[in-house]
Amino acid sequence: MRNYVRYELVRVLRNRRFVVLSLGFPLVLYYLIAGPNKNETDLGGSGVSAPLYLMVGLAAFGTMNAVISGGARIAFDRSLGWTRQLRLTPLSPRSYLATKILVAYLTALMTIALLAIAGTTLGVRLSARSWVEMIALLLVGLLPFAALGIVLGHVLTVDSLGPAVGGLTALLSILGGVWFPINNGFLHAVAQALPSYWLVQASHVASGGRPWGALGWFVTITWTIVLGVLAAWAYRRDTQRV
Amino acid sequence: MAIHAPAVSLQGIEKTFRSPEGPVHAVRGVDVSIDPGEVVALLGPNGAGKSTTIDMLLGLTRADAGSVALLGRTPADAIKEGLIGAMLQIGSLPRDLTVREIVSVIGSLYRAPVDVDEVLQQVGIARLAERRTQKLSGGETQRVRFAIAIVTNPELLVLDEPTAAMDVEGRHAFWTTMREFAARGKTVLFATHYLEEADAYADRAVLMARGRVVVDGPTTEIKAMVGLRTIRATLPGADLAALARLPGVVSADGRGEAIVLRCSDSDAAVRALLQAHPEARDLEITGAGFEEAFMELTRGDDEEVAA
Repeated sequence: MRNYVRYELVRVLRNRRFVVLSLGFPLVLYYLIAGPNKNETDLGGSGVSAPLYLMVGLAAFGTMNAVISGGARIAFDRSLGWTRQLRLTPLSPRSYLATKILVAYLTALMTIALLAIAGTTLGVRLSARSWVEMIALLLVGLLPFAALGIVLGHVLTVDSLGPAVGGLTALLSILGGVWFPINNGFLHAVAQALPSYWLVQASHVASGGRPWGALGWFVTITWTIVLGVLAAWAYRRDTQRV
Repeated sequence: MAIHAPAVSLQGIEKTFRSPEGPVHAVRGVDVSIDPGEVVALLGPNGAGKSTTIDMLLGLTRADAGSVALLGRTPADAIKEGLIGAMLQIGSLPRDLTVREIVSVIGSLYRAPVDVDEVLQQVGIARLAERRTQKLSGGETQRVRFAIAIVTNPELLVLDEPTAAMDVEGRHAFWTTMREFAARGKTVLFATHYLEEADAYADRAVLMARGRVVVDGPTTEIKAMVGLRTIRATLPGADLAALARLPGVVSADGRGEAIVLRCSDSDAAVRALLQAHPEARDLEITGAGFEEAFMELTRGDDEEVAA
């Protein structure tokens, strides 16, 4: 099992598409957008400095991509007949799924670490407690996306996977306020109902308040349950059929 | 390990698939028992139900009826205990790993895997050890898949059309390795539609056609049954009933001036035919194609089903 996790991780890190989209892209964009606005202390009325806001925003973008494609990669294994081959080994379907989620989270942590380092180079300074709290919120906030990835991995074909994951990530990023804060109006109402919005809100740890509040927890937990049930259904349907 | 349990026991398994043209009875009641240490070929033309039978045997498809036991256990338990190695008909390898990595990661899922280098050597892919899986040819991929099946050091090895994508050299290396593996007292079941493969590498063949076992016995027996030859000739006004009684002839058919004799001994039949009918011309003797022979062996089926 440990070996299997290691090889899955190796597989992902050798995948150029993953490295570019989940690690390289967010990092480059971070410097491009936050660099010139290094001294902006209140980005778009969010109450958070530009380097911090965008650090979390782009971490959200990169990790969303990492975690969704983590589950979606199941579709590749399925198309290759690899899931059938694994079904003939002592690795249980449950462990297979757990490995996918674990590896997705490990890659998400890499994205977070990378952007955290980049953030400090642009002057982001947080207390140890705030760092921990922020990263913890990001990891919890990613749960609905991990479940979404598993659903997509079971219902999509390989051909539709790339556009679906890319499109969904882009849409959820914009509406979640990854690139620029969404503070009022209709879009704000929509954004608040999305889990990606709350992912980005993790940046509010710096202001000392509780970044999520009851609504944030409610939205995140609801999406986790809904998508989790769908993922369980997709997974069960698949293990019965193989 | 349960010593007296058969390696494979299939009892009355059936499978029907739904299709737009109505239900397809892929497997209609198959009984097979294989003892530990046997090398058995599951033989039959395409569409005979071999793959469906193997899927049910491995627990990948649930049988509509009947029961499956591997080494005295359910397929799921046998797999969990690492007793089964398998190579399915269709399958590719995940990319971005080297051959050595992918073989060893599978081995690591088992309690007592074989040494990876030894397996790569055996299968003849040691030189490919550091190559990434996406850079392999079709035949090389098949060999890696075979390595994956045997690195697990299984008690029962199940192979579905293993040589399908292999070149001649690959086939040769493959069967040599399979024999070495079987010589260690392991059980092997392989599906094929080549009579020659079954004949050369199995002790016993289970011949399937249209979802049923038609013959189950030593490969020599099967060869005799499907080794029928056909004589075609032009013979106006032939008496088919009389022709069918000629030595070596099994059955006689006619259409217009043409006659078709199916023969168990074509040499004797040709002599007798020319003696009785010197006017017969355009003689042509052909070995019955395998597919044709299968059809012959299973001809009764349709009538039975229709009735």
